[in-house]
Amino acid sequence: MEKLVVPTMADMMAKGEKPEVLFWVGCAGSFDDRAKKVTKAVAKILQHTGVSFAVLGTEESCTGDPAKRAGHEFLFQMQAMSNVMVLNGYEVTKIVTACPHCFNTIKNEYPALGGNYEVVHHSQLLQQLIDNGRLKVEGGSFKGKKITFHDPCYLGRANGEYEAPRSVIQKLDIYFTEMKRSRANGLCCGAGGAQMFKEPENGNKDINIERAEEALALNPEIIAVGCPFCMTMLSDGVKNFNKEHDVEVKDIAEMIAEAIDIK
Amino acid sequence: MIANILFVLLLIAGVGLFTKKIRSVIRNIKLGQDIDLSDRPMERLQTMIRVALGQSKMGSRPVAAFFHVILYVGFIIINIEVIEIIIDGVFGTHRVLSFLGSFYNFLIGSFEYLAFLVLIACFVFLSRRNIIKLKRFHMKEMTKWPKSDANIILFVEIFLMSAFLIMNACDFQLQLLQSEHYFKGEIVGAFPISSHLISFLPNDVATLEFIERFCWWFHIIGILAFLNYVPYSKHFHIMLAFPNTYYSKLTPKGQFSNMDSVTNEVKLMLDPSAVPPPADAPPARFGAKDVQDLTWKQLMDSYSCTECGRCTSACPANLTGKLLSPRKIMMDTRDRLEEVGKNIDQHGADFKDEKSLLGSYITEEELWACTSCNACTEACPVNIDPLSIIIDMRRYLVMEQSTAPAELQGMFSKIENNGAPWQFPASDRMNWTKDEN
Repeated sequence: MEKLVVPTMADMMAKGEKPEVLFWVGCAGSFDDRAKKVTKAVAKILQHTGVSFAVLGTEESCTGDPAKRAGHEFLFQMQAMSNVMVLNGYEVTKIVTACPHCFNTIKNEYPALGGNYEVVHHSQLLQQLIDNGRLKVEGGSFKGKKITFHDPCYLGRANGEYEAPRSVIQKLDIYFTEMKRSRANGLCCGAGGAQMFKEPENGNKDINIERAEEALALNPEIIAVGCPFCMTMLSDGVKNFNKEHDVEVKDIAEMIAEAIDIK
Repeated sequence: MIANILFVLLLIAGVGLFTKKIRSVIRNIKLGQDIDLSDRPMERLQTMIRVALGQSKMGSRPVAAFFHVILYVGFIIINIEVIEIIIDGVFGTHRVLSFLGSFYNFLIGSFEYLAFLVLIACFVFLSRRNIIKLKRFHMKEMTKWPKSDANIILFVEIFLMSAFLIMNACDFQLQLLQSEHYFKGEIVGAFPISSHLISFLPNDVATLEFIERFCWWFHIIGILAFLNYVPYSKHFHIMLAFPNTYYSKLTPKGQFSNMDSVTNEVKLMLDPSAVPPPADAPPARFGAKDVQDLTWKQLMDSYSCTECGRCTSACPANLTGKLLSPRKIMMDTRDRLEEVGKNIDQHGADFKDEKSLLGSYITEEELWACTSCNACTEACPVNIDPLSIIIDMRRYLVMEQSTAPAELQGMFSKIENNGAPWQFPASDRMNWTKDEN
């Protein structure tokens, strides 16, 4: 595998180049150790398929999603407007991100503040790459494995994208199994709406435990996710049942990167 | 003659009272903030036809959907009969539309089948609420009035349908006995269901006429009473489902409203050349504390809610025992709005009581339990949006009161200070490229 090279928009601009797509890494993708592996997988796939991409690097800042969901519209708009200035400064037209929260915010909430871009979730980009033949995947080690997919709320219900992630992992010749609460009826992992950053309110169960229980009932080998928050919540949920050695929680990008052996 | 006058007076009183209540509901809805939903009329019409008329979102619970369609179709079609009842009542005629001949017989026959099916549906729904006791009908907010309301509606429907069928049975029997006012040379109407009731009826013409008239009056007075009950009831959805779905949110569910008042302030901070608003402009309240801070659409949502609880039974917070119930958010909003409306009626438009929706009805704990996952909006058969109310109240708590949970305050300051909700400097953002694997 060739060495991973991740150019920043500033590097590109200095050379007078413009990438095909900006890879919006997101805060979880930049700082969370588990999510960083997903970030790397996405970058490797982009490089492997010859998609010219760049990141904002140190110029990237929180989209403001958790602030907005928590009701801090002021902080959200401060973040959004300064991000829009940076993005527009680089004349960005297309953005891919592995975080459905960043995806939703930039795609739906930035236009009102002057940021108009084509925004895709990484599952959608992977599907595009497979569809137009730039990315060829075979089952490999995933062939026949029993795998379920947990819909991220901000990709699924929030933006109506249920097919792309399923279609991508089903290219791996897996034994795909669906949870009862899936697609439009998918159950949240418990992290959305800024819950990621606080303790849950009093109740009789944590939401991620409820969801992990549902996924584990299928006896899958892998629980596939498409969101760094779902990754955290479901990994914790699986650990709660002491199943972390039997069941992996993996992002779809990691699975694809592994299948095409660029891990 | 006295009967005709009495009927007309009842009709005027019934419709008049209903109109008065509807005007007060419209006044209440207009207490909300303005929001322009005049865009995309064709798409809105299609949504209304699909979701309200076509009941497209009911199907996720097939048993409820099946019996609900029976009630719905039955309700609409059997009400065609009310046209005849009104004409007969005003002019003292009997079965004035029977000149339609075989088509009339077809109509009456269909009404009878539908009435029978409606009866079955009502019994099924009563048993789901009171015998099987489905969980979503027995949650904290479903005691007292909301619980009785649901049962009252079902019993009223049962009484109305029974009156209709008994009336027809008597009518049929009177025609068979060739009673003068009822028999006009041949049998009019078709009585596929009520003909089975004949054997339970007396053969004496006077008693039959009494029962027939009693059921006729009971039926029409019942309908007028029901008409006036509806706007006070969860049953209001039979009317409001239509405008409410017409004004559905058409943007992606994940797209939350942009607060223009905040945009103006942020622009001023980021761009010194921006034009500040006039100094005498009233200070805007950020977010919602009381019903008047919500938009008219959010208030219409509250009147459209039929308390079916599909939202709450899909809510991850509620499923795991948290206090939040999206249905309760809607019920509270309506209760508070009715209260504010009553205050205005009694004490004038400027009256302020000591209460507010947030605080007196909805607690902060409920609001902070929401994961903004949109399961509630997805589940709602009439496109109600409890999530937007939750977010507007969070906005009030955060931007007016600064009372977010401490961890969230911490998250805010980390975003402010280092552009991430965690304590990492921007200079570390490229570290992932250096990590082994």
